[in-house]
Amino acid sequence: MRSDRGQSAPLGLKIAAACGLLFLHLPILLIFVYAFTTEEKSFVWPPPGLTTQWFAVTWNRPDVWDALSLSVRVAAISTAIALVLGTLCAAAVSQTRFFGREAISLLVILPIALPGIITGIALRSAFALADIPFSFWTIVLGHATFCVVVVYNNAVARFRRTSGSMIEASMDLGADGFQTFRHVVLPNIATALLAGGMLAFALSFDEVIVTTFTAGQQQTVPIWMLEELIRPRQRPVTNVVAMVVVLVTLLPILLAYYLTRDGDQIAGSGK
Amino acid sequence: MTSAVSFKQVSRHFGSVRAVDAVDLDIAPGEFFAMLGPSGSGKTTCLRLIAGFEQPTAGSISIFGERAEGVPPYRRNVNTVFQDYALFPHLNVLDNVAYGLMVRGVGRTERLKAAEEALSLVRLPGYGARRPGQLSGGQRQRVALARALVNQPKVLLLDEPLGALDLKLRENMQEELKSLQKVLGITFVFVTHDQGEALSMADRVAVFNDGRIMQVGTPEDIYRRPNTRFVADFVGSSNVLPPDFVQRYSGQHRWGSLRPESIRISGAASGDGVAARLVGTNYLGATTRLALDADGLRLHAMVPAGAALPAEGEAVVLTFNRDSLHLMDEPA
Repeated sequence: MRSDRGQSAPLGLKIAAACGLLFLHLPILLIFVYAFTTEEKSFVWPPPGLTTQWFAVTWNRPDVWDALSLSVRVAAISTAIALVLGTLCAAAVSQTRFFGREAISLLVILPIALPGIITGIALRSAFALADIPFSFWTIVLGHATFCVVVVYNNAVARFRRTSGSMIEASMDLGADGFQTFRHVVLPNIATALLAGGMLAFALSFDEVIVTTFTAGQQQTVPIWMLEELIRPRQRPVTNVVAMVVVLVTLLPILLAYYLTRDGDQIAGSGK
Repeated sequence: MTSAVSFKQVSRHFGSVRAVDAVDLDIAPGEFFAMLGPSGSGKTTCLRLIAGFEQPTAGSISIFGERAEGVPPYRRNVNTVFQDYALFPHLNVLDNVAYGLMVRGVGRTERLKAAEEALSLVRLPGYGARRPGQLSGGQRQRVALARALVNQPKVLLLDEPLGALDLKLRENMQEELKSLQKVLGITFVFVTHDQGEALSMADRVAVFNDGRIMQVGTPEDIYRRPNTRFVADFVGSSNVLPPDFVQRYSGQHRWGSLRPESIRISGAASGDGVAARLVGTNYLGATTRLALDADGLRLHAMVPAGAALPAEGEAVVLTFNRDSLHLMDEPA
């Protein structure tokens, strides 16, 4: 956006842009403000008083810790699975030619294009059919379906920019497959994997729809929040957790953006 | 004496495509060998067979007497300079050059010293700290060369090494590669589609077409005594003469070739020779290329610049020394 450097935009446009940004971000600020309110039964504006007591209350609530820990574990393991599978798949699709290659690359991306509710129903009926009880691992599986896509998209974009003869050059110079992966392939795709991995982590962390279909009794953070909003008890605790979630998901996304801004788009970030 | 590279009836088929078809080839140690041919003629596949990126569908390959089938690229004492150079963008120039030594477990000090020496050899001393992205095309090519040579390969393979360089740089690099090969005494095998490059650099040239070798010989052999119409036409665009025409001058019913520079042109009145008509002139600097029509047969002649030329469309008489008419092996 540097097409007319030095030339200022008209005032009307500036105001419109500011309004747009406010519309997007003011509600988030409100969430933050309510975390400090003294009124616990309902959200009233303006807050009758300000307090930091909810941070302590949140800290001492075991259900918050359970939900957070579950979310972090699910996100970490789904991301780990996605990193391995997504990279392998991207390597296969971009480095070799085989029958059905295009179909596979479409099928991999499909879960992110499908509405989450479809993925959720499909997984739930599949689990029921196979008689798999809902557990931590069913949530992980559900999340892995879309985490793989994010990693795959990032890795495939990087593989495309990587010259295929580099791998041959490495072999030619005496490196076996493992050495070539370690010294040539990995350094060249590392930032793409880091970006994809962090995005996958963030996506998994705030996922609701697929989780509602694949979780049993456990509550991830977003599910816990939904439940909490129905019960009018210590409401600002939700807001405190929301602040934490925003920070936990925003930082990786920002980092991913900075790591890949020269060239790679963070594909599939729209989920 | 053991050949540096030896192909015995080597074929490489991709599905129904015969990229390399029953090729026999012997490259002598210390030779500067060129594989020349149009794109898709199988020359690059042959190079990849030597490097180990391809395995033969049939036949056997040996490198300095050792069987090469099934031996992966990283266990061959052969290194390649790639057409796109394939430098590692995440490593600086020195680490690029030292890569082969690094994966073999040579210590850091030792390998960086060897890499620095290799860079001096290709006249890029002190460039080690730069990134490949900061180098010009010619410099990248030298780095790729140093990266291959530092491993002291027995055979160096070069895939269209000069293809991406501009004319001036290409000429410099030709001389440099030639003298480098003399100094090192390593067998060089290079692939090119540029006949001028092949003739000027190589000790011997193999001309490829459709997965087969049409002719192997010294540049002079190939240029003066092509054995087939394809070689005559591809290497320096010789005039290919049909058997009936050749019979009139040599008494033999064979395909013949005649270099454009062997043809002399004189005015219409000057006695015996081939009657023709000048249909076009093409000024090339040092020489002028003439297009001639001899009773339906299209011929080209090359005359020195400044020679008096008849006007286009005028009748001329072509003469040539009988010795310069070469009879080809190809059956009539």
